[in-house]
Order: sequence, then structure tokens, then C-alpha cells
Amino acid sequence: MHEYSLVEALVTRVEAEAKKRDAIAVHKLSVRVGELSGVDPELFQTAYETFRAGTICAGVPLTLTRVAASWSCPRCRTPIARGAILRCPACDTPGKLDDGSDALTLDGIEMEVP
Amino acid sequence: MCTTCGCGDTELVPVELHEKILAGNDRAARHNREHFLEARVLALNLMGSPGAGKTAVLEATAKAAAAKGWRLGAVSADLATDNDARRLQKAGIPSKAITTGQACHLDAELVHRSLHDFPWRDTDMFFIENVGNLVCPAIYDLGQAANVVVLSVTEGEDKPLKYPVMFNAADLVLLTKCDLVPHLDVELAKIHDALARVMPRPRMIEVSARTGQGMDAWVAWLEELRDGIGLGGADAHAHGHEHSHAHSHEHAHGDERHSHAHSHDGHEHEHGSADHHGHARGGKHDHD
Repeated sequence: MHEYSLVEALVTRVEAEAKKRDAIAVHKLSVRVGELSGVDPELFQTAYETFRAGTICAGVPLTLTRVAASWSCPRCRTPIARGAILRCPACDTPGKLDDGSDALTLDGIEMEVP
Repeated sequence: MCTTCGCGDTELVPVELHEKILAGNDRAARHNREHFLEARVLALNLMGSPGAGKTAVLEATAKAAAAKGWRLGAVSADLATDNDARRLQKAGIPSKAITTGQACHLDAELVHRSLHDFPWRDTDMFFIENVGNLVCPAIYDLGQAANVVVLSVTEGEDKPLKYPVMFNAADLVLLTKCDLVPHLDVELAKIHDALARVMPRPRMIEVSARTGQGMDAWVAWLEELRDGIGLGGADAHAHGHEHSHAHSHEHAHGDERHSHAHSHDGHEHEHGSADHHGHARGGKHDHD
């Protein structure tokens, strides 16, 4: 259940950004959750809904976008099938995780500024 | 303000950030990593399920390290007790407990705070024994040189497939309690196969803390890692130098992205452990 500490980091970051821009309110948050980010999207959403009370994010909807994990060959770009041994089927190079597969990213904040 | 007609209405602005939510932890981890490298201490993050044998492996490592003349140190995270730290202390490893309360993992800031009143600079190898958990600790970079995941033979052959995030983060898997293999229906080949589906460069050492099996291979791995990041050699004991770094916790360390040692150029060489590019690896670096 590290989702709470991640939500805390998220809300702290949003508060800092809102302060920096003298925002009156925050309207929307969007976060991307990679399949191998170690984060359960449902738990993250629940944690957010609990934690946001009393913060600048109270009542602010959070849009989560899931990113499926995928592997490919860093040399010849051949994709490696899901669940397969992580070596390139064409040239046997050890695979590399594609961008976003293991990331938990705050994509954007929509805020109201004076 | 609304600039179209000057009516004084507020404006909605989309702020694009594309920033890692763990950016704060990653900054703290970089800070720890710089400290470890500068003090020439090899830091390792030891993770695994409760009861996998993390503490027992360290106890057995103490014996092997004594023969090498290595000075070990450890911080041991536990939700409620300091039992593990006391066990390590008894085994001759200066140790300190980090009691995390309800927290299921260590983060870089907790590790940093634990260093403040612990003589970690006087060690050659510093083990961070994480909270027993195969989920949460995997995503927090602590500033370690490498992640070691301890998996015992009694846990089931498909553990790597069930916890891909943890095993994907591993630089080495220590398969523990191997003395029990004759008494179990476990097939080690199945564990190897599962690992190869979650780790692009699977590396596993079979050990038994009880019989000492595999401890030489584990020690050799540590030595190779230490030499690979430039902490070995004749001047490896240059500890205790003046250190004038203020612990303000707010350093601008730049936002350099560590590329993972295993994925820099797609050119294949089996560097079992060490990064040839001068910085320590481990943790959740960006895969550039």
C-alpha cells in the first residue's frame, strides 16, 4: 500500500505548482500509470480520493491513463512478445523495456489563474 | 486575466508537466548515491519477502567478509521491531534499525536520515535491508549501487512472474535456503525460466546461509560490482576524509537522467554487474 505515499507526493507537487502560478483553483489532473510502475491504478484512485480532502485537490478529478508494458530489442527494435523470454527473437540481444512501461508520470494539471 | 476583452475573468490553463511522481524521491536517492560514491562505500538494497532469508544471508556474509577484510554495515527496516538489527549486530555487522511503523517500504529520505547518526562512512559495504515485501520497495530508488532480491526456494517457482516489478528491478537474485532443495518439489530450472521472462539479463546465485553454499559466488559478485564502479583497488579504504557537505536536503543536483547500465547501446557484453559508465546503478532509473 505505497499508493498513499505516492498520492501524497502527487498532491504536494500539485500544491507547489499551483502556488508557483498563483492559481485560484485546480480543475483536473492527469496521470499515466505504466503496467510495471508498481502501482495499482484502482488503489491509486482510491488513495487519491481519500487523501485529497482538505488539500487543493479536494473535488478535483484525476484521470488515470494505463500504459501497457512492452519490451523490444534495443538493437534492431524487434518487439518481444508478452510473457516471452526477454531476448530479441531476431538477434538474441537482451530486451529493453519500452518508454512509459514502468513510469508513473504526472502529465498535466489544469488550473485556474487570475 | 482574460486578455480578450479585459473583463477580469479568470483563465483555465493546462500545465504540461510530464514529470515522474517519484521525482522527489529520486532527487533524494541521487543525493545518497553521491554520498556513498564519494565515501567509497558500496551500498546495496536488499529486498525480498518476509522470511526469505535477508538477515540470514547478511549473517553468513559477515563470515565471508571477515576473510576478505571488508567492513560491513547495515540498516535494517522493520515495521515494528529491531530484531534484525540486533541479529546483525550479534553477527558482527554494525547495524541500526529503521522502524517504519505502517510504511511498507523504505524511501531515500528515510535512508538518508538513518545515515546521520550511523558510522556508515567507516564501512566498505553498506547493506540496506528493506522491509520484507515483494511489492512496494521495488519502485523506490534509495541511492544504492545495486538491488539484490532474496528469494527462497520455498516460495514457489513462479514468484518472479507474480512480482515482475520487483524482479525487473533486481540486479541479482539470491536464491536462498538451497540446502532444503532435496526435501522439496522445487525445480530450479523453472525459477530460471521465470526470471528470464521478467529480467532481460537474469543473474541468480544459489546460496544457503546454513551450509555456506554459494557464499563464495556471492562474495565474488560483490567484489566484481565494487571494482566495476571503481570502489575496489588499493585506495578502497580512503575513508574518514574531510566532508564539508551541508545536509540541507535541497541541493540542486541537476536533473541528469541515469541511463540503466543494461540498456545503454544495445551492444551485448555480459557485464555481470558493473556499470562501465561511471555511475552506480540500481534503483528505478529512466530507461533512456
